[in-house]
This record gives sequence, C-alpha cells and structure tokens, in this order.
Amino acid sequence: MANTPDYSWPPMSQRKVIGQRINRLDGPVKATGRAKYTSDTKVGGMLYGAYVACPHAHAKVTSVDTSEAEKMPGVKAVHVMAPAGTEIQWQGWEVAAVAALTELQARDAARKIKVAYEAMPHLVHEGDLTKAGANAKQGSEQKGGNVDQAFQQAEAVSEGYYGFPVITHCCLEPHGQVVQWQGENASAWPSTQDVTDYGGQLATSLKIPATNVKVQMDYVGGGFGSKFSPDAWAVVAANLSQKAGGRPVRLFLDRNMEQIIAGNRPSAFAKIRIAGNKDGTITAWDSASWGSGGFQPGGPPPQPYVFVNIPNYRRVHTGVSLNVGPSRAWRAPANQAASYLTCCAFEDFAAKIGMDPIEVFRKNVNYAQPAFQERYQFQLSKAAELAEWKKLWHPRGQSGASPVKRGLGVAVGTWGGRGHASNCRTTIHPDGSVLVEIGTQDLGTGTRTIITQVAAESLGLPVSAVKLEIGRSDQPRDGASGGSSTVGGVSTSTRKSAVNALERLFEAAAPALDARPEQLQAVDGRIQVKGSPEKSLTWKEACRKLGTASIAEMGSFNGRDDGAGLSSEGAAGVQIADVSVDTETGVVSINRYVAVQDCGTVINPKLAESVVYGGIIMGIGTALFEERIMDQQTGRMLNADMEFYKLAGIGDVGDIVVHMDIRPENDSKGVIGLGEPPAIPICAAVGNAVANAIGVRVAQLPMTPDHVLNTLEGRNA
Amino acid sequence: MSSRKGFSRRGFLQGAGIGGVLGTGLLERNAVAAPAPAGAAVAGPGAVPITLNINGKPVNLTVEPRVTLIDALRDYVDLTGAKRVCDRGTCGACTVLMNGKSVYSCSVLAIDAQGRSIQTIEGMTSPEKMHPVSQAFWENDAQQCGYCTSGFVMACKGFLDEHPNPTEEDVKHGLGGNLCRCGTYVGVRAAALQAARAMKGGKNG
Repeated sequence: MANTPDYSWPPMSQRKVIGQRINRLDGPVKATGRAKYTSDTKVGGMLYGAYVACPHAHAKVTSVDTSEAEKMPGVKAVHVMAPAGTEIQWQGWEVAAVAALTELQARDAARKIKVAYEAMPHLVHEGDLTKAGANAKQGSEQKGGNVDQAFQQAEAVSEGYYGFPVITHCCLEPHGQVVQWQGENASAWPSTQDVTDYGGQLATSLKIPATNVKVQMDYVGGGFGSKFSPDAWAVVAANLSQKAGGRPVRLFLDRNMEQIIAGNRPSAFAKIRIAGNKDGTITAWDSASWGSGGFQPGGPPPQPYVFVNIPNYRRVHTGVSLNVGPSRAWRAPANQAASYLTCCAFEDFAAKIGMDPIEVFRKNVNYAQPAFQERYQFQLSKAAELAEWKKLWHPRGQSGASPVKRGLGVAVGTWGGRGHASNCRTTIHPDGSVLVEIGTQDLGTGTRTIITQVAAESLGLPVSAVKLEIGRSDQPRDGASGGSSTVGGVSTSTRKSAVNALERLFEAAAPALDARPEQLQAVDGRIQVKGSPEKSLTWKEACRKLGTASIAEMGSFNGRDDGAGLSSEGAAGVQIADVSVDTETGVVSINRYVAVQDCGTVINPKLAESVVYGGIIMGIGTALFEERIMDQQTGRMLNADMEFYKLAGIGDVGDIVVHMDIRPENDSKGVIGLGEPPAIPICAAVGNAVANAIGVRVAQLPMTPDHVLNTLEGRNA
Repeated sequence: MSSRKGFSRRGFLQGAGIGGVLGTGLLERNAVAAPAPAGAAVAGPGAVPITLNINGKPVNLTVEPRVTLIDALRDYVDLTGAKRVCDRGTCGACTVLMNGKSVYSCSVLAIDAQGRSIQTIEGMTSPEKMHPVSQAFWENDAQQCGYCTSGFVMACKGFLDEHPNPTEEDVKHGLGGNLCRCGTYVGVRAAALQAARAMKGGKNG
C-alpha cells in the first residue's frame, strides 16, 4: 500500500452499524445459561483444590502437619505454601492446599491439615488515627498559594469530616482458575480481566518460558478491577497439578475467602475546610486525610477533585498499614473517594452561604481543566433539567414537617479512558466469510458486540456476517481490561485491521470493475465504484476474486496516538440523586437518580446506557449498604458473606434516568472508555442529597439507618 | 404489607427489621428442605444412589447425602447454567424450579430433591429457541457479565407463573431474592414486564 489508508470514523450521519442499538451479541447464550464461564469449565481428569487459610490477622506459623490429610480418600496432592517460620499479615493468607477427586474430598482433607500459629499483635481499624500508632505514617504537606491568608480574608468558611469505608469487589464469579502444569508446559483457564498478560505472569511464577503457557477464557463473571494477574491461588493450583502428575486442578475461592482476600477498595477519611466568598467563589482548600489500602497503606485520593486549580491549597495525607487483605483497583480507583470528599465539601460550603450547590459548582467550574469547563456547564444544566432541580430542590434542611424528608444532591466525575495498546487480525476468505480475532476479553461491558460492530461498519457488512473470536493467548495481543481502556483499544485496532483487509480486497476486485483500488468502497454488502454504484460486485463475488488465498491483515494501536482520531481520553459526567430519608427509621431510599455522561464516539448507545445504569446501581449499593466490617478483637472480617455484606437489590435503586451526552463536539473526540466514569459520583450525590433532606451531614458512608440516626441524635456525628 | 403479592426474602428481612412483621409464607416455601419424617430410612454418610427428575428425565447419581442440589447439577450432571455464588441462600444465582416453584438450589440437598420435578434453565430455553423470558432479558439488555442471569431468568419464570399480570412494584418484590453485581436491574424490570406480556400470549409459557 503506497499511502496510509484513511482510518477515521465515517461521519455520524453516514454510519450504518456504529451508533446502532444492537442487542448484545452474547445475550442469547447468557440469557439461556449456555455461556461457559471458567468456573463452569470441566477439563479431562480435573481435580478439585481446597486450601487452608490463616484465621489470624497477624501470626507466625510454628508448624504445618499434612500427614493425616495425605491419607484422606481421593487426595492426589498436598502443597504447603506457608511453612513453619512464615509471618502472616492478614486473615485468609494461604497456608497449605490439597487436590482431590471431588470438592468435598478436598475440603475434608484440608480440614485435616494441622497448622499451629503464634499469634502476634494486629491492627484492623484505621478510622481513629489516635489508635493507629506506628502503623500510621504521615506524608509530606503539599501547599500552593497562601492558604492562611485566604482563610483570614474569606467571607465564609465551611468545615466538615467525611468517612469513606473499605468495600469489597464481591464479584459473583469468585476468583479462581483451572491450571494444568506438566513439565515445561502449562495451560490455564482463568477468570481474568487480562487474557493477554496472564500467561506471561504465570510463567514467571512457575519459572517456565512464557511461550509455554496457553491461556483460554470465554466468559468472566465480574472483575471490576480485582482480576488481573494470576493470584497466589493460580500458583497453588499449578503446584498441586504438578504434584498430581500433571492432572488439571480447579481452585476457586469460596464466598467467605472471596470477600476476605480477593480485593477491596481503600478507605478515605478527611477533615476539610473550604474558604470562599458569599457569591459562591471558592478561594482556598485545606484538607487532612487518612486511609488504608490494607497492609500497604496506599496514597491519598486526589483533592480537590475536578476543581483542580483552586489557587490556595494545603493537603496532607496519612497512610495506615493494616493487617487485612490488600486492596485492589476498584472501578475508578481513588476517584470515588475524591469525588465524595470534594463534592461533599463543596455542598457543605454551599449550605454555609445559603446558595444552590449547582450554582456553586458553576461558579467554580473555571477551576476545572479547560477542556471540561463547557461540558460541565452543559451537563449541570441537563442533569438539573432531568432531575427537575428547580422545582424540587430546597435549601438544606427546609424539607417540611413530615418525618420523611426529601432532598437532592449533585456530584461530578471524570476519567481518562484512553484505549490500551491493541492488535487485531481480520481474515477475509474467498467464500466471503470474515473472521476477526483479538486476544481480549468481554467483562460484560459489550466488548464482543462493539468489536463486531466496528468490523461490520468498516467492511460495509451486517454484524451477522462477521465472526469474532476472543479470549485466547495465541490471538493478537490486546491488554488488560482496566481503567476503561478496552473499548478505545479494541475499536481502534479493529478499525485499522478491517480497513487494511478491505484495501487488499479492493486490489483483488478492482480489475473486474475496471477501476483502481482507491476508487472502490464497501457499502451495504457490495464493493462498488465511488460515485458509480451501478458498477459493483456483491461481497461474495468480490471475495471470489481472491482465488484460493485468504486475506489476513493486522491492525495495531500503540495505546497513545492512532493518527486518525479514532480514540482519545477524558470523559465527564454530572449526576443528581433524589432521595427520601425517614427520620424515624433512618432508612434512605432513592426516588430518582439522574446521570448525564459523555464518552466520545458511542459505538452502541444501548450497551453504553447499560454500563451507566450498572455503574450507578453498583454505586447506590456502596452509598447505602456496603461496608467491610472488621473486628479489632479477633482481627477478622465479620461480614464475609452476601447476607451481611449487602449489595443493592432490584427494589433498592429507584428510577434511574441516563442521558448519554452524544453531541457532535463529543463524538469528534473518538472513542473514550466508559466503564469507570459513571461509577464515580454516586456516593457524593447520595450523601449530598441526604444532607439536603435532613439538614445535617451524615459524614460516614454507607448511609445506613444507624449512621443516619446517630447523626440526627448527635452521636458520633 | 398486604399489597405485596408473594414472598420476597429481602422484603421479609426489611419488614422484620423495621416493623417486626413476619411473612407466613416462609415455612411453606422452605418445606422442600424440611427434615425427613419420623421413620424414614437413614441415608449416608457415604455416597448413596439417588434418582433426580431433571428437565423431564430421570437421572441416576451416586452422591453423599450432604451434596447440595446446585453441586449435583453442576458437578455431576454438568448443567452449569445455575451458578454457585453465595452458597447460603442469599443471592439467587442458583435458582431452579422445583415442582414449578423457584428454589435456591444451594439450599436444597440433592437427596431431598428426589421425587420432585426439577427444571433448570437448560431444560426451559436455548439460544436457538429462546423462552420469552430469555428473549426479554436479551432484548432489554438485562445482563452484563451474565453470571446472575440464569438465576434471574428462572426466578422470573417462577414469579410470572404465579403472577401473570405484575406491576413494576410487584417485580421489585418478586425478584428481590436475586442479586446482580454489574447492576442490570433496570433491564431486568423491563424484561420481566415484557415477558409477562409475551407469556400471556400462551404460546410459549
């Protein structure tokens, strides 16, 4: 090809497949129970694994006796991960494991492993810094402008305390995998967000060449940031497999362990002061924050959030190391906490000066990055309109005499969402069939569907004419589905691959149409001469010109610049919660929840809306119900199940209104990831709505009856 | 509480927590897992032969009496549509129909499921010939990762068989015993109402 083809998206008005509300292509197999997840996988000769977890938060292993377990029925392998002398730092630490013919045999045998521990002092709470002792380490103070002067000269100062607890990922499909390790070769069937890199990482742990590990996954039952690399359990399963003579071993966490060690979101607590003027202009930010990411204390959420250019600021953060399972990325890491701390402090400032918080957000939008300012103004207006803000909003606490108080709250979010490096191969066969291959994964966000839509659009075909294969390590390299990077990556590589393949088809078909290849286009299942649609071949006729040689063309994206504006970064959204609070019971219920969200070029609005609904519903759970409860006395998690770790149910989430901000100026940005952005502002919007309803700030999430009633009674407030 | 049609576990817990109201349907619904009557033969603890009627066919298995119905279906018969998620009767991902009523198969012993008609999602619907409930779940995008979907589809079928004309409020209570982490409830509500309309046509219900 002499010239670089034009990869850019067709104009909005000319798109035939992109932008269509096509039903999810894997919907039929999911809605009929036929989708095979890794946890459904049966591999010939497969054994079941079970392991012994340390019950203590901090302890030293003094002895491990596996002799009795080895004699139990059905046992084929026993492996010790934490021999005597190992210092254990959290409950759930993997000590020893067995593989047996059935799951029950494996569990029975695991119970016969005798482990003795020497208990050591532990800390599992970080809310009260005065009790954290040497586990708390204060970072350096960050400062800009003249904070003290700004507070002295301010017309109004607000201050507040805000608490954002640890929550767990609670993936419905637990973490786990099937692994078969035979000599220098291994095969893995993981539940992962990263098919491409999983094998190489497992190979490093097993000290075998990365070329010798095959990875395969069709469906994954939730990840949300917690399922990237092969965990300790994969290495355990591999060792069991090797010891059992190379039989495959299935090792999945039970629900209890899933809740304890398979991922959680760090906490964030802060005391924040804001200085400003009575016209709503904020002049200074002063925050002291703390929190824990588990044994590794972790860093602060970015503050102030979105309104990053407040001229006078001071912030200091203290990280606390705890004897609990490590945190993992949780759908928009740090951003939910940042939105909660910032938007709640803004709302408290607005209440202090008696101003509508939307007007305060507007007044200070010039502190946001320039690219976002107009969008936030538009989205604030649109969200206010959809939520009937002018009609329903009232100054804080002025919610009437009824014990049930209604309130509205607003919050903002932003996220990068640039596509990751991705490679795609499009094969066009002489019989007209088309195969697209990428070593990616569909977490349920619709990745299969949007890849197919992009390929179909690019080839002038219906989606039914494109066969897609994903989920194998021997397919073209993609990346981890994290940070909302998948849609930008796969849509860019797919577009390039399909256009490259089409160029080759044009070369083959051009002589028959008495035209040059660059004069051809693919439209509605035909290859035709631009401007002379009567000179055309059907897709199949054109493909027959290939003779016996299929076309296979790659498309690659380096994850930075695609050169054609196919994808970029920078999503913004505004959300408004409308809640009712029963001041007698403390129960908070969602009446209506409004989200206005942009994400650049939208490939499938129906699936995009689903992602936004999902982010909001997940967020409502975190705002109202979810909290990991640790017991300092025993060092254990008290609600490591799904009964007392409560997710939102179908009746808990109110009416949800989603408005995708699909305007030409947003479409022109190219594809931007959407997984994280809508999941960010919910805790802040709900928290602000509760404060607006009852007249006081409920500082501590989740907005449970005990937190609400304690606040109303002045306890722990 | 009188406006509620049928029983939902979450609704029950909310009611019990706030108003101390007990749902009388609880024992009836759980009767399938009730202890064996006096005089019944003692089975186990070793594996025993059992026969389950699954999707209209007798299936002979040899399982320990402690094996749950969900594990029997998934590990012994390779019917993996129903999922084991909470394993404690909370989330509904393991829902199957037993004598036409939805049950949490993680909370029923396989040995206790003998003599009853067990319908799994595989016996009700297929990608090639979707049941109206599956069709409605697809068209309303009531699934993301899809791990809860099988349980939701079966719970929806069981619910609509008892409540063919539900309101949206009825759906919120009737499907309140199933949990989704991806947040597909908006689609599920619409799907249940669409499926109700489709099933009243009587062709596939």
